[in-house]
Amino acid sequence: MRKTWDIPGGVHPPENKSQSLQQPLGEVGLPAELVLPLNQHIGAAAEPVVAVGDHVLAGQQIAAAIGLVSAPVHASTSGHIVAIEERPIPHPSGMQDLCIVLRPDGKDRWIELEPCENYTQLSHAALLEKIRAAGIAGMGGAGFPTAVKLNPRANYDIDTLIINGTECEPYITADDILMQTSPAEVIAGTRLLAYLLNQPKQVLIGIEDNKPDAIAALERAVAELNDDDCRIEICTFPTKYPSGGEKQLIQILTGREVPSGELPAAVGVISQNVGTAVAAWRAVRYGEPLLSRITTVVGTALATQRNVRVRLGTPIEHVLTQHGFDPQRCPRLVMGGPMMGFTLPSAQVPVIKTTNCILAPSREELPPPPPAQACIRCGLCAEACPASLLPQQLYWYARAEDYERLTAHSLTDCIECGACAYVCPSNIPLVQYYRAAKGTIRQMEIEKEKSDRSRQRFEFRKERVARAEAEKEAKREARKKAAAVAKKKLAAAQAGAQQDSRPSGKQQSGAQPHEGLAGDRQTGAQPDMVAAAMARVQEKQLAPQQQREKLQRAIASAESRLQKAQQRHVEASAEHQGKMQARVREAEVRLADARQKLAALDTATPAPAENADPVAAAIARAQAKMALSPTEKLQGNLTSLQKRLATAREKLAAAEAEGSDTAAALATGVAKLEEKIATVQTELNAAPAQVPGPAAATKTAATDAAAVAIEKAKTRAAAQADMSAEEKLQKQLDSLQHRLQKARLRLEQAEADNDAHIDALRSGVEKLEAKLAQTRAQLEDTASP
Amino acid sequence: MALMRITSPHAHSPGDTGDVMRQVIFATIPGLIALSYFFGPGSLMNVIMASFTAVVCEAAVMKLRRRPIAFYLNDYSAVVTGVLLGLALPPYCPWWIVAVGTASAILVAKHLYGGMGYNPFNPAMVGYVVVLISFPVEMTQWAAPRTALTEGQSLLGPLAALQTIWLDAAIDGYTGATPLDVFKQNNSQLVQHLYATEPVFASGRWAGAGWEWANIGFLLGGAYLLYRRIFTWHAPVATLTVLIVLSTLFYDGGSSTSGGSPLLHLLSGGTMLGAFFIVTDPVTSAVSNRGRLIYGAGVGALIYIIRTWGNYPDAVAFAVLLMNFAAPFIDYYTLPRTYGHEKPRRATETEE
Repeated sequence: MRKTWDIPGGVHPPENKSQSLQQPLGEVGLPAELVLPLNQHIGAAAEPVVAVGDHVLAGQQIAAAIGLVSAPVHASTSGHIVAIEERPIPHPSGMQDLCIVLRPDGKDRWIELEPCENYTQLSHAALLEKIRAAGIAGMGGAGFPTAVKLNPRANYDIDTLIINGTECEPYITADDILMQTSPAEVIAGTRLLAYLLNQPKQVLIGIEDNKPDAIAALERAVAELNDDDCRIEICTFPTKYPSGGEKQLIQILTGREVPSGELPAAVGVISQNVGTAVAAWRAVRYGEPLLSRITTVVGTALATQRNVRVRLGTPIEHVLTQHGFDPQRCPRLVMGGPMMGFTLPSAQVPVIKTTNCILAPSREELPPPPPAQACIRCGLCAEACPASLLPQQLYWYARAEDYERLTAHSLTDCIECGACAYVCPSNIPLVQYYRAAKGTIRQMEIEKEKSDRSRQRFEFRKERVARAEAEKEAKREARKKAAAVAKKKLAAAQAGAQQDSRPSGKQQSGAQPHEGLAGDRQTGAQPDMVAAAMARVQEKQLAPQQQREKLQRAIASAESRLQKAQQRHVEASAEHQGKMQARVREAEVRLADARQKLAALDTATPAPAENADPVAAAIARAQAKMALSPTEKLQGNLTSLQKRLATAREKLAAAEAEGSDTAAALATGVAKLEEKIATVQTELNAAPAQVPGPAAATKTAATDAAAVAIEKAKTRAAAQADMSAEEKLQKQLDSLQHRLQKARLRLEQAEADNDAHIDALRSGVEKLEAKLAQTRAQLEDTASP
Repeated sequence: MALMRITSPHAHSPGDTGDVMRQVIFATIPGLIALSYFFGPGSLMNVIMASFTAVVCEAAVMKLRRRPIAFYLNDYSAVVTGVLLGLALPPYCPWWIVAVGTASAILVAKHLYGGMGYNPFNPAMVGYVVVLISFPVEMTQWAAPRTALTEGQSLLGPLAALQTIWLDAAIDGYTGATPLDVFKQNNSQLVQHLYATEPVFASGRWAGAGWEWANIGFLLGGAYLLYRRIFTWHAPVATLTVLIVLSTLFYDGGSSTSGGSPLLHLLSGGTMLGAFFIVTDPVTSAVSNRGRLIYGAGVGALIYIIRTWGNYPDAVAFAVLLMNFAAPFIDYYTLPRTYGHEKPRRATETEE
């Protein structure tokens, strides 16, 4: 016997369960008309997918689920759609809502069902989809879409599945008879749900001890399974209302309390009604959508009281007339039990997925409530409350409309079980006060959120306007300064151009004007350029930390630029729109670029913790180097140099393709590297012979080798310089194609992810394409003569 | 026929406020019998007069407030107030004391504050204190128990009793001090001597003839109400426990300055009537069980303190009224821990 916990409070209303258990499970025939509300569950209403006049088959989907928390609706028999209109629906408010009205053709022809012999072969997603498509929503009364509940968020660690067969409400025996008549299906459904939840540690079926037949039937079914892996435990506990409430049952079976405002999944529990488990099982095993359910038809205003299997959409009136209903004796009709059920506005409303009971009590059975007397704060309600609230205080504050005190007294934790109102000697409709107060509080919260948002909007706007003003001012200043500087520069440049007008023949043969310019500068200020290149290289070799910081700074600046551009874009008048848009795009591209680089850096460099002590690492490296033999050292040198050369070349190619100013400098850098490599190589060649010899010899050899390398580099540089324009263009073209390919790939990915930078990427690709076309044309031009 | 539209729950437990009140009245019977046996029909007459006055006052107020009179009288709350006050007043006290006390209870303590359920102070105790302060001489005279009567005297018959009450006829020799009063006025006598010399103690067993049985009677009635779950055990048990603890602590075995034995405190004066019929008044006590423990303990402590070191020989009324003051404050700090919450809240905490 499993340990169970007691819940605080609770009441023992007369059970009244035997009336409906005297007869076996019955059937209700086809009514003249089936009314299928589009919203029979918690969540968004389904949307009709049939039109008036359509002929549908049983099991055919007639309304599709909209959004995640929703459930489709199916035709519960074959027939014609005669109307899609507002009808009274079973709802506590007595409101009307959109329903699909189906006139049965009497043939009850079904659609082709898709059975599944072994569900373990299907993926979880496929199984959930089957359950979702079958339109199954919690059949205990709340009607939460089952597939959603079975797919808890990944951060919840579900260790317990509870199947709720408690049925603590008086009168109702629908779950009881289901467990008695199809225990095997209950167990099969339980195992299916356990499988879907990755076999939680405990699988519990909770039943109150007033259902000995159901308990015996389930225990037999578990025994018949003869499966040692089956961990289903049938848990019984003393009858007390409201043990069947989800939170209460969790407390009874696990001792855990669901934290206020959270889902049961937060304490690792998923609970489902037995009816839901069976419906899910049938949906998976036989492909059967939810078309009918077991409902208890009970009350002394009926001649026959029993449980029936009834098609969804069947008007209550049709069910009642088949049970000898005497409307004269029945002042109220209740859907659900006498504790939490709601009165129906008329008998025309249909049976829906959550209808577990139709109660037609006579006046003597459930007399009209006497007028409420004053609350004497006797505290019987507080003793009955399963949530340990103080109903008498809640009532007091609800009447005073003191919503702060109501919140402080945890009104939101009230489960509206009605135990307090049941025991109240003053006959105060306490739950009604709580519902009304809850509604008001919800309304107030929505309004508060709204006003908060508009206040925020207003504040943001004020701030933005102020910022824009300040920026404008700053820009004006900057422009003034820039103009002055530009003037000065222009003068200097003119002077410089006069000095440096000597053309450099070799370089100017290049097709691009930039090349010429670069060449000019190269000849004029070569040492500077080399120094600059060296500086850049050094910079590249800076600690990754610094690089990251730099990139982050770049990102920040790019972001602010983007923001500014966007803002200006918004503010700009229509004529400047185009220009501004381009600026926004550019900023976006830059930002994306910087982000990418940062990401690359992040992946390339080890975690900061690892290179926490770069000095130590450097020392270690140096020591390792010292330990190496000269040959090895040289070899290492060589590889590292080659690597650097490769990257330098790549960069050079890219720069050339882009027509960047730095191309020339990079070319020099490459040449230098090649030179060095040559030196090292000769050194290496010489090394084997020299290893035992004195260091001086190596040095001489190195000097010689260097001379050789210099020669070699010179020739190579000459060759490169001599490279025909065509070759250069070809190279450029190749690189462009490569880049374009890359860019397209990224664009595709962005489109797939619905990235925010799509536009920027697209414009980038377009630009590249344009450039490519241009280069191609150039190449053809150069090739043709 | 239009169907009824009402919200859940549709089922209701049998019993209403009138039932609760009738149970309370019923539960006073053992105590009333004991009082009548030992002190004659005075208490019964008090009860009848007080109940009558209470009902008349209640009806008058309902008429003034244009409420359905029968409906409100039907909750028996006025009768309960009258009965409890009648039990607390000295037997054979003049009729106008009963009338003034009851009218103060119903009109001032109950209806001026909003009527049933809204009164911050226990009406019966307010009525008692009003007459105690206004007419101290009459209020401190209590009939002598039948076992303490002198030779040749017998308990007053109904006729003599009516005469006493209505005509204010002198009944010297029939009244005296209560045991608590006697104990308080004790001058340099050991408790043992006091018990032996004072007739009210000498003819009794533990705490004064008649008084002890009346208290036992109210204890029985209280146990019955507990059994019927009319109230929870928290407040009365806390009251009695604190009273026992304090009286044990300060009982020095019976010196002349002794505070009185636990038995004296438990079974004398209005202890049991207070603990089971006054302290448990739901309207004016704390609402949560934890709060009721504190409330009850406070009443117990105050009873002992006022009895032993205060000016009044009995102190139930003052102790209860003082704790009535404190009840909202106690409520503020004693909200129960609600399902799904780590710890209890304060009554004004909207955030956790």
